[in-house]
Amino acid sequence: MTKIVVVTSGKGGVGKTTTSAALATGLALRGFKTTVIDFDVGLRNLDLIMGCERRVVYDLVNVISGDANIKQALIKDKKVDNLFILPASQTRDKDALTTEGVEGVLNALRDDMKMDYIICDSPAGIEKGALMAAYFADEAVVVTNPEVSSVRDSDRIIGILASKTRHAEQGDGDIPARLLLTRYSPERVESGQMLSVEDVQEILAIELLGVIPESQAVLNASNSGSPVILDIDSDAGQAYSDAVARFLGDQLPHRFVNVNKKGLFGRLFGG
Amino acid sequence: MTVVVEENTVLEFKGRMLMMTVLQLKNLDANLLHQEVSQRLEDAAQWLQEAPVVIDVSQDLEVDPVALMAAVDTLRSLGVNLVALARTTGIDSDTAAMLGLGTLSLSGGRDVPRRSEPAPQVEAEKVPTATQRIETLVVDQPVRSGQQVYSRGDLIVLAPVSTGAELMAEGNIHVYSKLRGRALAGVRGDGSARIFCQQLNAELVSIAGHYRVAEDLPEAHRNRAVYLSLEGDAMQFTALS
Repeated sequence: MTKIVVVTSGKGGVGKTTTSAALATGLALRGFKTTVIDFDVGLRNLDLIMGCERRVVYDLVNVISGDANIKQALIKDKKVDNLFILPASQTRDKDALTTEGVEGVLNALRDDMKMDYIICDSPAGIEKGALMAAYFADEAVVVTNPEVSSVRDSDRIIGILASKTRHAEQGDGDIPARLLLTRYSPERVESGQMLSVEDVQEILAIELLGVIPESQAVLNASNSGSPVILDIDSDAGQAYSDAVARFLGDQLPHRFVNVNKKGLFGRLFGG
Repeated sequence: MTVVVEENTVLEFKGRMLMMTVLQLKNLDANLLHQEVSQRLEDAAQWLQEAPVVIDVSQDLEVDPVALMAAVDTLRSLGVNLVALARTTGIDSDTAAMLGLGTLSLSGGRDVPRRSEPAPQVEAEKVPTATQRIETLVVDQPVRSGQQVYSRGDLIVLAPVSTGAELMAEGNIHVYSKLRGRALAGVRGDGSARIFCQQLNAELVSIAGHYRVAEDLPEAHRNRAVYLSLEGDAMQFTALS
């Protein structure tokens, strides 16, 4: 059964595209046929993060308007098997997205391309692009930074997910929404500059999928066009790997949430 | 299941608190009025012509309906944006309707009218809201930022109310959890409505239009279990043990 997952947040710049890329890659590494779609029409980023920006011929809007079929538009990832990217249009605007059009694309991915997972990378905000990315979702990953404005915007988007999805309209109830806390810095939490995991969970009251630490590795990843989950030595990469495992049902303890207390040897040898 | 106000394509009732200017008349002489208002218009023309105005009269003024109607005409001719007559003017709704104005109560439905005739009218309107508790709406899902909940009777919420969420009820509001958003009880003017919450952290609380913002909530009751009621015009906060 194909599962459609929306990665959303409300607030901009919190790590939706990084997460979409990491999640899709992680699923593909585990053998699931996965497509990740960029819904940010006009502000295309996913192709950069995935490292396929020089191979884009057709995009989501081309498929919707019939200029190309899904097979022509999908870009096969070079690093990981089972992984496909559908980029956003850079020259059109979001009015080109229609419910019927998006539905058609998702049906084609499910029926013709036999995808196991479709990850929808939502743009920021609560307007058409974000609503369209969430409309057909079976599940949601809500990406949040541990600071007040991001948490409030995430709360808003969770409320929207409760009513503006097809499942909600058909009376199936809320789609499961899980929290991914990104750019987490235990030191800042300790000094009171940032909200803790508990603080955020208290306000948002949804299940925690994972905590991704603030990491240089994320910037390196986007610069090199290789999703951070492939950087297996990095803290962020490992945290995303844990998150994908939890997404698939494993119970794993949350790492990277406590301050690293350096022992004497650590301080001597800079460990 | 979350019960929220869904979008209707025909119309929608929205609970709103609006700012209006009360123009209290101390003299109904048409000439004097014309002079005074023209003067004021010269000083602050646009403001005065745009601000929605409710006409009231000072306590000691003998209100002659004919004179009042002439005054309304004068004000209108000068471009004042008249919206309604306060019930304290003693003018009944029918007369007001002939002037093309509504009537409203200036103090949350608990006016003491100046003439004995309109008194039954005011009481009769009050009785339905005070004794008739229509459906109590119970919400057991968190009320998220941006969501609005409206109850024609009482409203009971069993989960947290986020900042940016709005609870509105014609009756009482009970929040058996954290109240971080807005709570407006007695939105149709029932000043006997109360707000109960387990943890008071509201952005704004209001009973029958009398409101307090977060800044003005008493420190002693912040974050505690409290109930709010209206005594006259003042909001009372009482700790719930």
